[in-house]
Amino acid sequence: MSGAATELNPARPAPEPTIDSKPYWDGLKERRLLLQQCGDCGLVRHYPRPMCADCHSLEVGWIESSRQGRLYSWTEVHHPFVPGFRGEIPYVMATVELEEGVRLQCQMLDAASAGLRLDLSVEIVFLEVQDGLVLPFAQAA
Amino acid sequence: MTASLSGKAAVVGIGETAYLRGSDKSALALQLEASLRAIEDAGLEPKDIDGILPYASGAAVAEDFITNFGLEDVTFSATTPMGGASCVAAIQAAAVAVATGLCRNVLLPIGRRGYSDSRVASRVAAMPQFHVVSEFETPSGTIAPAQLYAPMARRHMELYGTTADQFAEVAVTMRRHAMLNDNAIMQKPMTVEDHHASRMICDPYRLFDCCLESDGGAAIVISGAERAADTRRPVPIMGVAEGHPDSPSVITQRPEITRLGLAKAAPRAFGMAGVRPEDVDVAEVYDCFTWTVICQLEDLGFCAKGEGGAFVEGGRIGLDGALPVNTHGGLLSQAHIVGMNHVCELVKQMRGEAGRAQVADAEIGLVTGYGDLGDGSLAIMGAAA
Repeated sequence: MSGAATELNPARPAPEPTIDSKPYWDGLKERRLLLQQCGDCGLVRHYPRPMCADCHSLEVGWIESSRQGRLYSWTEVHHPFVPGFRGEIPYVMATVELEEGVRLQCQMLDAASAGLRLDLSVEIVFLEVQDGLVLPFAQAA
Repeated sequence: MTASLSGKAAVVGIGETAYLRGSDKSALALQLEASLRAIEDAGLEPKDIDGILPYASGAAVAEDFITNFGLEDVTFSATTPMGGASCVAAIQAAAVAVATGLCRNVLLPIGRRGYSDSRVASRVAAMPQFHVVSEFETPSGTIAPAQLYAPMARRHMELYGTTADQFAEVAVTMRRHAMLNDNAIMQKPMTVEDHHASRMICDPYRLFDCCLESDGGAAIVISGAERAADTRRPVPIMGVAEGHPDSPSVITQRPEITRLGLAKAAPRAFGMAGVRPEDVDVAEVYDCFTWTVICQLEDLGFCAKGEGGAFVEGGRIGLDGALPVNTHGGLLSQAHIVGMNHVCELVKQMRGEAGRAQVADAEIGLVTGYGDLGDGSLAIMGAAA
């Protein structure tokens, strides 16, 4: 894993938060991983969206994730499809199943020494990758 | 019950341009050229076209065909925005339109400069269906299909023991088929060792696990069954369906990422056609990546989930095997025309006009589409009368 993920990289594509997703992105700035929870039936969902697919409620609440999870799958990226990541390859994209039952896709730190396998215990940490953009990263727990 | 379109529509014409890496023609010109060939192949004239289903994420809209062909009264147009599943999903939409009498002869054109113009990462980033990925996953480093689909293949390998040798079997077989096809871009033999030596793109996908980027156009014409009987070699549509996976906008949240939308479409299409997987003589399977073929063979019902890797071994999907797959060379070795090249190849097979790649006595064949983060589509066709 390249340690370059933390370097200033102005070409990295930045998200454009929506009315529905702004609390998620604001939470990351405070180094908190916030997940939507249905205000009626309590089902946790991700990524942020307006409606609960189970009870169709539009009432939205937010909970803070424990940041603990398991590795669901991964890929090591060698080809720089996204120009802003040219300096970071190879990097590992991890699909993490959080304790709350939803998944997160993020880069994996120190993947080479982590012994990647299904169900590997991981935790989510935060790095400011460029000014004002804090992203979740996975690392072996 | 399953709504039945079986026997109510037929592919009456196919047309393809030369498939190239580097074309001096526009994407619109390429699909107009292919469309003219398809219309001529059907024994029709451009004025007979009254329905148009262009590729939703492509370079042309229905108006472009109305303008260039000088069509006076098009009564039906639509798009099926499902990425690589679009072309086969459009067969379902066209069959509905001709079966209900909305129109008589529907043109399904596609043309692209995938080699000469924008490449795949920028193309998909522009597709509205990718907005969830764009907001939540691209900032961390993914947007290209190879990046998004690789974790599906990795999980399949970890769960079921699927191997890179099995991926290579798919790639090598597609190459062997391409070398029987004068309109295939890749004409150099490939071995398993060549596959394993190709550079890593997104683990487990190496370069030779990934489809080509190419320039070209392809088109088909679909007519209602009665009208089709007056055309040159109509190929009947026996069954057709589309399927959307759970969590269609983002793979990450899908309950099981090794199961595609095709798994929902397949029982509908087979049921409509009244046939079973073991009845299929030839399969043109959307092959944006090698593992995508393995997974679709499972979701089609040719084998159980997890057994696709073993299924492709031992020459089974080769021209002389039990289930010849992608007899034209596929997206991996013929060209990437979003699978309309697969549709054209199936029609050739069902007409007995597939040249050196003809499957002897092919009576039932299928073609799949896959794309847009997991959408699937499937058409089952019978031999031309």
